[in-house]
Amino acid sequence: MATPVLDHPDLPRLKAAFPDVKFLASEYRGQTTVVVPADALHRVMRLLHDDPACNYDFLSDVTAADYLGYPSRTPGRFAVVYLLLSTNHGRRLTIKTYLDPSVDTLGNELDPALIVPSVTDIWPGAEWREREVFDMYGIQFRDHPDHRRILTWETYPAFPLRKDYPLRGRGERERYRVMPRDAR
Amino acid sequence: MPYTLQPDQGYDVDIESTEYLKTHVDAPERWVLNFGPQHPATHTTLRIVLELDGERVARVTPHIGYLHSGFEKLAEHHDYNQYVCTVSRMDYVSPIVNDIAWHHAVERLFDVDLTPRCKVVRTILAELGRIQNHLLCVGAAALDLGAFTGFLYGFNEREHLYDIMDYVSGQRFHPDYTRVGGTMRDLPDDETFRQMVRNFIDDRLPSAIDDIETLLNRNRIFIDRVHEVGVVSKEDAIAWSLTGPVARASGVRRDLRKDEPYLCYQDNWDGQGAKPVEFSVAFATDGDCLSRYLVRLEEMKQSARIIDQLIDRIPGGPMNAEPEGKMVLPPKGDVYGSIEATIQHFEIVMTNRGWDAPIGESYGAIEGPNGELGYYIVADGTKNPWRAATRPPSFMHFAVLPKLLEGHMLADLVAVLGSLNIIAAELDR
Repeated sequence: MATPVLDHPDLPRLKAAFPDVKFLASEYRGQTTVVVPADALHRVMRLLHDDPACNYDFLSDVTAADYLGYPSRTPGRFAVVYLLLSTNHGRRLTIKTYLDPSVDTLGNELDPALIVPSVTDIWPGAEWREREVFDMYGIQFRDHPDHRRILTWETYPAFPLRKDYPLRGRGERERYRVMPRDAR
Repeated sequence: MPYTLQPDQGYDVDIESTEYLKTHVDAPERWVLNFGPQHPATHTTLRIVLELDGERVARVTPHIGYLHSGFEKLAEHHDYNQYVCTVSRMDYVSPIVNDIAWHHAVERLFDVDLTPRCKVVRTILAELGRIQNHLLCVGAAALDLGAFTGFLYGFNEREHLYDIMDYVSGQRFHPDYTRVGGTMRDLPDDETFRQMVRNFIDDRLPSAIDDIETLLNRNRIFIDRVHEVGVVSKEDAIAWSLTGPVARASGVRRDLRKDEPYLCYQDNWDGQGAKPVEFSVAFATDGDCLSRYLVRLEEMKQSARIIDQLIDRIPGGPMNAEPEGKMVLPPKGDVYGSIEATIQHFEIVMTNRGWDAPIGESYGAIEGPNGELGYYIVADGTKNPWRAATRPPSFMHFAVLPKLLEGHMLADLVAVLGSLNIIAAELDR
């Protein structure tokens, strides 16, 4: 495997601005990813957005991944992925934060360890994407203006994109009561 | 409440029990109107709860998820070729663009180079897909405002696009035409394909656009309904992650075909110094429904211009990339004729074999008809993606709907919804 080329111009800026934060960086297919600890995420995002040299004014996407049983070692089980884009400089940068669950991941119990700060105050477009990540992975976003599930219903008994949730579900449909036609 | 279902056992399913409705449903001076999930102007299945003050919209709460069917979960259990049949069902108005976007992302991850012939065919089909999408959107914008004829002008021509897709791939509606490193099969006959596309862009499309323009562009009723309705400023468009015609109508000059070129939009795409295809990025500055309509009309003309440059010079040679390692399916003729190709074919097709995928992750996006359509793929070295996250442009566009509508009249809802071109299947996946 080729060695990563870490020549993204914003990496030195990040290191200089946050000497106390431990960043991990990687590069694959010309795309640079920076792993930021969850507690420093909001400060880093704020700088990336506001600093005129970085100027990541466009949030392309917020998504997440579950690395339970992934063949390569990762710093944590869940990753929240932010795809940033600077419309002025035409550069992209991927920011990742890893989180480890502290409670059982099978149900829909909210986990105090799976919380990251919301970036909706920096990029309002993140609002619905963060809701989807919460819906699918159970990762909560602190200070989110409308923190609800978005695609499944509110009492859905699991977070379906977690790797320990089976493809066929756990019988949510089968246990749903059929309403007879004349029921009120 | 009639929409509430409370099962005796199992789960407490109560879609109505949002905080918003709890606090506002009994407010005496305003009343709540439920729009959708089944309504002709939603085009698909989405629901909007409107809080009305007279006829003025005071508050908008979109509810989505009615068509959620776990596409992304399914992706983790399908291989890199199989999943194309699923992405095709996302933006079903222009399914071919989803196919191209998915395999663009996969090929970026696998680092597969396409042949010039494949690039040209994919570019032509992507632009036909863009026209397909815009014809519906422009026509439906008229339909929702009461001009049924405009819709038929657009929809009629889509039928000819279906014929082209049918001819190329064997399926009218969902072509599922791309494969890793190439396409499902070569064009049946270059000359017939050329004539079908020529006929469409030279005769059918210009007269259809002409009809629509004559009917709508100077139509007092239409202009009154869409002018300065649902305005997005340039700053908001960037902050709210809007892309595609919706952002360009607000003055954001951003088009991935120019900014991050791929296929034939790239310089030197055939390896022999070919120039990128020439086209202009249509954009407007008003950011209202009228601008979005006009940008889409202009984009169709630019798409026809791109196809016009390519259709007469489809390069010969193989369609699929050179099958190196276990990445690309070998030509079907060789599979029957040589043992190496047979082995290679089975290495990819057999369920216990499959791709030599890398262990890594990357993001690939193309300029779809509605905006940046991308896939973030995490690969784990097996035949299935570990995670295939979609960046659906409609999702971002629908999220701004409340902002666009508040303060407008109830009747403006359909105009705004039509101009955003929300495809609920892509929204919910």
